[in-house]
Amino acid sequence: MKNLIALLLLLSSSVAYAVEYSKVQPGTSSIAFVSRQMGVPVEGAFKQFAAHVRINPAKPESGVAHIEIKLASIDAGSAEANDEATGKSWFNVAEFPKAEFVSSAVRTLGAGKFEALGKMTIKGKTMEVRAPFTLSEGQGVLNIDGMFTLKRLDFGIGSGIWSDTSVVADEVQIKFHFVVK
Amino acid sequence: MKKLLAYTRTAIALHWLMALLVFVAFPVGVVAHEMALSPDKLRLLSYHKWLGVTLFILVLVRLAWRAGHKPAPLADSLPAWQRIAAQFVHVMLYVLLVAIPLSGWLMSSAKGFQTVYLGVLPLPDLLAKDKVLGDALAALHQLLNITLLVLVVAHVAAALKHHFIDRDATLARMLPFLDRSSAK
Repeated sequence: MKNLIALLLLLSSSVAYAVEYSKVQPGTSSIAFVSRQMGVPVEGAFKQFAAHVRINPAKPESGVAHIEIKLASIDAGSAEANDEATGKSWFNVAEFPKAEFVSSAVRTLGAGKFEALGKMTIKGKTMEVRAPFTLSEGQGVLNIDGMFTLKRLDFGIGSGIWSDTSVVADEVQIKFHFVVK
Repeated sequence: MKKLLAYTRTAIALHWLMALLVFVAFPVGVVAHEMALSPDKLRLLSYHKWLGVTLFILVLVRLAWRAGHKPAPLADSLPAWQRIAAQFVHVMLYVLLVAIPLSGWLMSSAKGFQTVYLGVLPLPDLLAKDKVLGDALAALHQLLNITLLVLVVAHVAAALKHHFIDRDATLARMLPFLDRSSAK
């Protein structure tokens, strides 16, 4: 019985003092995306980004995130695709080198699921986005995993001849995985 | 009248359908390959892959049919070297008609682009993404296609030579509108 109380005390204290995680590990974190070309899912990723995340899994609602993505670091599947993606009709990185996400709130959705609300700015256009995510703690790190869909044409990504969504779909799935210490 | 042993209607239909699709898929592949990245290029590459998958299915059907139905014999008058040459070209054409779509499928997988038949049916990726392997398979796909082009030229030239110069029944065996009437 004594042991049980001690255990309960230990558990409750660990909840009360649950750590805040704030150091995003660049090597193991990733921002990837899936676009659809003629019905074919094509995976890509951004290799360089600065993610400032502060979150306490005991009270995720107070969490904040500020993500800056270096768009020139895109891996769109092939060298030819990378050249095209960084060019004027896609991300136009010469003029808009970064994409930015700034969270405004985090909501608990229940069943271990959360949602970050915030503003996404790409190519000079800002849109409200909702990014559902899950949290999992392990070995001194917190894993944040989530996925949401953007409409590329909302941001003017892939303009001109590329705005034909029968070839490249409007919806692009964004997948993020942050390992935070 | 000398009895003509023609191919079965199914074999004839498969032959000409595949010939038609090869004559479309080949130039579409060449044009798409030469184009700069654009929506039209992605569209043509998809059409090329769909044609390739169709040909792959058809060649398997054709081989299965052939296994159960003897091909029409060559004219008795044919010299031995021509029989051997014809046999060689036919075997090589079958090998290429299997190997070319397969190499394209593998190349697409290795390059990180899944093949989705008609834009709706995803084919499994048989290889993981690997740039070096993808480039090697692209070179192989091209080489196999050049070989196919050479053999198709020989195949067509031989058929026309038999029909118009030798005036024998070699080509008629594979012509749908001659087989039944001549066989009587």
